[in-house]
Amino acid sequence: MDFALLSQIDWPEIGTATLDTLLMLGGSLLFTILLGLPLGIVLFLTAKGQLLANATINRALGLVVNVLRSIPFIILLIALMPVTEFITGTRIGLAGIIPPLVIGASPFLARLVETALREVEHGVIEAALAMGANTRQILFGVLLPEARGGLIAGITVTAITLVSYTAMAGLVGGGGLGDLSIRYGYYRYQTEVMVVTIILLLLLVQALQSAGDRLVQRCTHK
Amino acid sequence: MIQLEQIHKSYRVDGRDIPALKGIDLNIAAGEIFGIIGHSGAGKSTLIRLLNLLERPSAGQIRIDGDDITALDGAGLRSLRQQVGMIFQHFNLLGSKTVARNIAFPLEIAGQLGRAAIDARVDELLELVGLTEHKHKYPAQLSGGQKQRVGIARALANRPKVLLCDEATSALDPQTTQSVLQLLAKINRELNLTIVLITHEMDVIRSICDRVAVIDGGKIVEMGPVTQVFLHPRHATTQRFVSEAEHIDEAAQADAFAHVPGKIVRMTFIGETTFEGFLGNAAREFNIDFSILSGRIERIKDTPCGQMLLAFTGEEAAVAAAFAQFRSRGIDIEELR
Repeated sequence: MDFALLSQIDWPEIGTATLDTLLMLGGSLLFTILLGLPLGIVLFLTAKGQLLANATINRALGLVVNVLRSIPFIILLIALMPVTEFITGTRIGLAGIIPPLVIGASPFLARLVETALREVEHGVIEAALAMGANTRQILFGVLLPEARGGLIAGITVTAITLVSYTAMAGLVGGGGLGDLSIRYGYYRYQTEVMVVTIILLLLLVQALQSAGDRLVQRCTHK
Repeated sequence: MIQLEQIHKSYRVDGRDIPALKGIDLNIAAGEIFGIIGHSGAGKSTLIRLLNLLERPSAGQIRIDGDDITALDGAGLRSLRQQVGMIFQHFNLLGSKTVARNIAFPLEIAGQLGRAAIDARVDELLELVGLTEHKHKYPAQLSGGQKQRVGIARALANRPKVLLCDEATSALDPQTTQSVLQLLAKINRELNLTIVLITHEMDVIRSICDRVAVIDGGKIVEMGPVTQVFLHPRHATTQRFVSEAEHIDEAAQADAFAHVPGKIVRMTFIGETTFEGFLGNAAREFNIDFSILSGRIERIKDTPCGQMLLAFTGEEAAVAAAFAQFRSRGIDIEELR
């Protein structure tokens, strides 16, 4: 690669795109956690043999989660446009991209949350029951603290998935690094822009992963 | 204090009812250590879980202090469980919380004490189980015996009336087992706490229990004071437990029966007679002779006791007179041949 080409890169635009990606990521991750975490908890608690076992709710939620997870995100993004407009009043920009990102990623996170909660030994739940704990006390005193490592790992994986989802945001005018790399790198044959965005995305993913790993390390006492 | 009446429990598996308990009657007195022994699958785990309704009986009544608990639900059930502590084979501690926070947890659940009172109670419990210096460690940093001590402290936090022990020493080595058992015996004495334990090890029963029930196939096949059940096992299951615990070699015994002359008896002595020199005295007085085929002197809980297999030779009338004298001193003689 010819380093002279770097001078032709529009750095301010890359800065804007990076910021857009970070905003999309932060906003969608926040809402994904707010939606996916409770959804995963309900999926776990309503499963057979668990504290709030309820086959109807469990099957219905399981079906919704599976349907959403089986649709490729790029199709979900377009299919959800009317819904997005209904929620945020616009189909484009940051407000236009966050709803589909959240709807796409929440079921994914919910399954990871459910798996993390299942890892909590049944004996520990039984011990809490034997102490006279109610479901709320078991959830906040036992399940969530005991599964904390798994939950953080699940949120990390979801965040990284969201990074790749944001790259498709250009389709609805959401901007960001993915959009930039398609517009400059693909349509205008400016390979160097593509390379720079890939490096930036790589750094972002790397940073998320090591931050997540460090948090998991800090809250497991094994 | 705890009464079980005609308790039945069955599980529904693949549309069929599999019975686990078939008509259990039990009466556990306040302040005693009551042991339930059985092989795996005998129903003992189910039985102990009925006492805090982790399992519900299919039929029958369970009364604690006269109140039928089987009708309890919701808040009533949770308040019962706060009065019945439980410890487990695999400890079931919260790995994400320190020793102190593990012990504080049942107090937080009960919600009757403030932060400062909880901390004070936790310190008191740590002192009781001898873990004060491990207060800020996490369970993963403790040995098995220490983990079970945390379990005991946690179970006692809400000052329960009853402590349930679910195979509490089965995951521990013999030495640690003894130290945990001695802690339970101490708690029983000092707090006058009723303890119900289940185990598959006769040693556990012998070390600390006052009374024992032997369970097999969902039924209680034998029950009584440990000395009686242990020294005079009647049911085949009990006999197997005792001979396993005592390493009694049936083949060697049969061999002795075939080759040793005279009258063979099993003598059992409990309490003070254990250490008296009655055998030598009788031999001199009645001019008879004896040989010891096998024997053991031990303690069942705090009672010294012994059991010997002896062959007596001499005049028949003299041997009979000697036996009569032994019996008059409270020694049990069982004539085997």
